[in-house]
Amino acid sequence: MSGVRVLVGTKKGAFVLTSDGKRKNWDVAGPHFAGWEMYHVSGSPADPNRLYASQTSGWFGQVVQRSNDGGKSWEPVDNKFAYDGVPGTHKWYDGTQHPWEFKRVWRLEPSLDDPDTVYAGVEDAAMFKTADGGKSWSELPALRTVKGDLWQPGAGGLGLHTILLDAKKPGRMFIAISAGGAFRTEDGGKSWKAMSKGLLSKYELPDPQAEVGHCVHCIAMHPSKPDTLFMQKHWDVMRSDDAGETWREISGDLPTDFGFPIAVHAHEPETIYVVPIKSDSEHYPPEGKLRVYRSRTGGNQWEPLTNGLPQKDCYVNILRTAMAVDSLDQCGVYFGTTGGQVYASADSGDHWEPIVRDLPAVLSVSVQTLK
Amino acid sequence: MKVRVTLPYHLRNLARVEGEVALEVEGPVSVRSVLDALEARYPTLRGTIRDHGSLQRRTFIRFFACGEDLSLEPVEAALPAAVAEGREPLMVVGAMAGG
Repeated sequence: MSGVRVLVGTKKGAFVLTSDGKRKNWDVAGPHFAGWEMYHVSGSPADPNRLYASQTSGWFGQVVQRSNDGGKSWEPVDNKFAYDGVPGTHKWYDGTQHPWEFKRVWRLEPSLDDPDTVYAGVEDAAMFKTADGGKSWSELPALRTVKGDLWQPGAGGLGLHTILLDAKKPGRMFIAISAGGAFRTEDGGKSWKAMSKGLLSKYELPDPQAEVGHCVHCIAMHPSKPDTLFMQKHWDVMRSDDAGETWREISGDLPTDFGFPIAVHAHEPETIYVVPIKSDSEHYPPEGKLRVYRSRTGGNQWEPLTNGLPQKDCYVNILRTAMAVDSLDQCGVYFGTTGGQVYASADSGDHWEPIVRDLPAVLSVSVQTLK
Repeated sequence: MKVRVTLPYHLRNLARVEGEVALEVEGPVSVRSVLDALEARYPTLRGTIRDHGSLQRRTFIRFFACGEDLSLEPVEAALPAAVAEGREPLMVVGAMAGG
């Protein structure tokens, strides 16, 4: 029996939403870790019952939780994220240099083939790895040598929020940092290269074509076409067909090209989704209408998807890690809002229904397809 | 004599304890020695009250005992006799912050 498990991180706890393949009736479990900010909850592709969760608090710091039974029970694992060697400094909001300080884990990305191996993207931006199921974490320090002194926090902090693993080329990973830019490794993190050619940040950087410092909000990739990347930048929706060597804009006829998440259809590598947001100053949908935009042409031509979504008086935001897809025959698309709704579409975005309406602000949504 | 420690709600949940914690503390009873004993008993609390590396108190954690705020006292300073003798608890408190 196929089914779906939607892992939702919110400002006040984590929720596990489950349904069968029809995705009509949902069981809502939670809040887990009630009262804590849950930046990310994710499942292992190699063992769907192995989950990891980033639990964080301004008072008590970082905790990482692990489940071996699909989220029914949890146990804390190691929460020590120590930068390798002398951490050094990065650029601060006022342009001065500021010491690297660990604040929280933004993303937990389990390996594609080993449930005990997980990559963690953290704030202040760095990449960590565990190979023992979270019992210990160590930094992949080469990333911060790619002009890390020029990375500068965005309004939400200097967070490493996107980690994409290439199933066809073990050792290749793509990551993104707000506001450090996008980077690629071909050797499992021993060396990294900035992916910035073609990115243009006219209003955010003194050198609009700088090698690092772009405010990349999210990157998405289809596993069958890992050389093709889609990016929602602060402004601009971008595309690369050479694994990030060069980028070109595909914003096309979007009503605004500002936004946070971007996702790729599970079975159609040229079908992509964004949620346009009015501007960097007004983080809500244009005209108060919540519209997901879909392109079936890999960008430039976009269609609004509105069926089941509020089309007036809607002023929520959708954060960068809060949209995901399932891989059932009819691709499901999911996103969570800062207003606490989690919307689901079981038909590639044509129709939407809220799974839940009144959760705390949603920070992250990830999806497991259970077959 | 066991030293009594009260933890804030979220840390009680994390440590999976209810009510106060009673700890055997080796040597002079100070904030540092009590936290050493607390973290040895409940390793999941490491990093949640003080930093892993520097052992500095986290910004929004306070230490109260016998009606006094001891947060800014040296962590090696002897705690009041009433705490050392188990008559009063050392309170680990989440500071008022936010809204």
